Amino acid sequence: MHRESDIRLPLILGDKTYHQITEDVCRPIENQAPRGWYILISIAAVIALYGVGCILYLIGEGIGTWGLNNTVDWAWDITNFVWWVGIGHAGTLISAVLLLFRQKWRMAVNRSAEAMTIFAVIMAATFPGIHMGRLWVSYWVLPLPNQFGSLWVNFNSPLLWDVFAISTYFSVSLVFWYIGLIPDFATIRDRMTKPLTKKIYGILSFGWSGRAKHWNRFEIVSLVLAGIATPLVFSVHSIVSFDFATSVIPGWHTTIFPPYFVAGAVFSGFAMVQTLMLIVRKVMKLEAYIHTKHIEYMNIVIMVTGSIVGVAYLTELFMAWYSGVEYESYAFLNRATGPYWWAYASMMTCNVISPQLMWFKKLRTSLLFTFIISIVVNIGMWFERFVIIVTSLHRGHLPSTWSMFYPTWVDIGVFIGTLGIFTVLYLLYARYFPVLAISEVKTILKSSGENYKEGFGAGKGYYGADGSHGHHDDHGNEEVSVNRIVEEKAVELSEEALKQNQSTLLERVGSANDSQADDLKLISGVGPVLEKTLNSVGIFTFEQVSKMQSEEYNLLDSLTKSFPGRAERDDWSSQAKDLMNK
Amino acid sequence: MSDTIIYAMYDDDDKLVDGAKMLVSKGIHVNEVFSPMPIHGIDDVIGVRHTRLGIAAFLYGLTGLMLATLGMKYFMIDDWMMNIGGKPSFSYLENLPAFIPITFEFTVLCAAHGMAITYFLRNGTLPGMPATNPDPRTTDDRFVMEIRTSENSKYSASDIQALVRSTDFVELDEKTV
Repeated sequence: MHRESDIRLPLILGDKTYHQITEDVCRPIENQAPRGWYILISIAAVIALYGVGCILYLIGEGIGTWGLNNTVDWAWDITNFVWWVGIGHAGTLISAVLLLFRQKWRMAVNRSAEAMTIFAVIMAATFPGIHMGRLWVSYWVLPLPNQFGSLWVNFNSPLLWDVFAISTYFSVSLVFWYIGLIPDFATIRDRMTKPLTKKIYGILSFGWSGRAKHWNRFEIVSLVLAGIATPLVFSVHSIVSFDFATSVIPGWHTTIFPPYFVAGAVFSGFAMVQTLMLIVRKVMKLEAYIHTKHIEYMNIVIMVTGSIVGVAYLTELFMAWYSGVEYESYAFLNRATGPYWWAYASMMTCNVISPQLMWFKKLRTSLLFTFIISIVVNIGMWFERFVIIVTSLHRGHLPSTWSMFYPTWVDIGVFIGTLGIFTVLYLLYARYFPVLAISEVKTILKSSGENYKEGFGAGKGYYGADGSHGHHDDHGNEEVSVNRIVEEKAVELSEEALKQNQSTLLERVGSANDSQADDLKLISGVGPVLEKTLNSVGIFTFEQVSKMQSEEYNLLDSLTKSFPGRAERDDWSSQAKDLMNK
Repeated sequence: MSDTIIYAMYDDDDKLVDGAKMLVSKGIHVNEVFSPMPIHGIDDVIGVRHTRLGIAAFLYGLTGLMLATLGMKYFMIDDWMMNIGGKPSFSYLENLPAFIPITFEFTVLCAAHGMAITYFLRNGTLPGMPATNPDPRTTDDRFVMEIRTSENSKYSASDIQALVRSTDFVELDEKTV
């Protein structure tokens, strides 16, 4: 554990211990699910069932039930596919790329982001699957020996690259996710008392026992998987973009597609993570682990990738004009001013303008604003794929073939259905799986926990005055010599000075006695012990506490010595004011 | 020969590492440590050798790379020279660019899954395996050190216990097998 600079904000708020982390994550699994969960999953299940019905109808009738025609032979199917794959990009990016960059804040969101990735990729894979028409021969995409003569799949085709890319991405993400889950399942297994649930989590945890050698292997496996998953993340959406970029259709035939698609995928993936995490942290009461700083970090990623996407849009427009190719120019002119101008305008507004608002710190640290923007970005990124696919196809080289695309109820039903299936899977996950990587979060408690950084509660006395660890340093015998740059809070004062402080304090806040005493324990942050200490100083009433300002807090700290800085941080005086008015 | 296992429980990873360092300096072999999370630095203290899974992953990746190369050479060049736009695939090298994406994906696929399977087999962690941690709290907030008398012939069980008592432990347990 490295000593972390005091300038960095703590990643885990409050006075947490290892046990508290376990409790906080396991609570939703062990308790009855709230009524809202049942309502949500029922609604989602109905939508999912409708979607499955639409898919079955589609398979029965054939893809003629979609709104495709001779000109627009790819539309919502591939739009939805690319949209879902894009969403599936944030999970492995967070867990792999951010692991390589040693970004500790990832630990609060990686588990849920990876779950989102896996479910999103399942939804994505549905679309090419059902687009094949004959789902039962979908194994033909694999290079299997067969009786049709020497008939192999075409290894020159980006569509086949996609088969390999998506299936590799899905299975590697799944393994990465599950390897991380095993120790946490073991934690749940060891807490469960009911035999059946204990048995189930026992099977899921693979008999994990937390041996030193196993942890050693665990860390290397995580690191190596992160190392090979990182290029994998970038390859997947590059290959998805090849589906378009290697064709000769104006509007698709551009070399900037791979980086532009990857940035777009990360952009939309992080937006979906924000949408989900803002709900999860609230409902599951994980605000101490996923707080404004985490949201802000993700908003910065959204801002950067959104800007890359914006630059890519403008580059495309510039190249369409600068290349002098009239077909290319027309494709872009048609996007902006043709019959689908509204889709283009939605895409530009949602994806180019909205991420730029994140430059304002006030906005990117506002949770409500983040939530709204995350949904706006998801809508915008859906329109981006729609614009790229449909507007490029519907007016090709031959004007007599020009056509429009209108979705049918099956198109809409299948898409809405995948949203439903995704929500059902995610709700089940949130109910029965540890949504936070328990064991990983524990490893950052001492370096990034608020109590350890600021030296109160469980973290009191962990770092010596010279910045060294209270117990030991982690790197063999090398000395850790980082200086603490916080002011000394507990200055020893003489008996007389303390008396002086006490009388000054009581002069300022007014004196009281036992008979007038209020129940000071009602102030959050004050327990029975602290109440006694306060009484001994001469503070009995809410009125006294409400008069405290920073100077009085300092006086109080010098007298009690027990919780330096705590009164001010918890804002006792305004709490007391509220309590007085009750 | 009877073997006595001593379990020393700590409530903090740093206290366990300090305790282990002290015991090891006295010549005691710490057989195993059970913890709810990876403890950095414990491997060197108790003499856990560095894992070779990284090398294994590299070899699995190499296997995938070779299989993909051989496969595509056979499918696209030897068995059936696909003729696209009058440009048949004459040699592997000339057509290499189109084969790179799948070669890469297959390399990653083999490396990742080969390593994961090896990891599970070497750990002995497979679906349905029984848990072997001595106390259920070691997956929550307790850290347990396991010392066996069979591996510490210089010391008796009571000697080891006395030494453990001088560390910052919380519980001490003994089991004879």
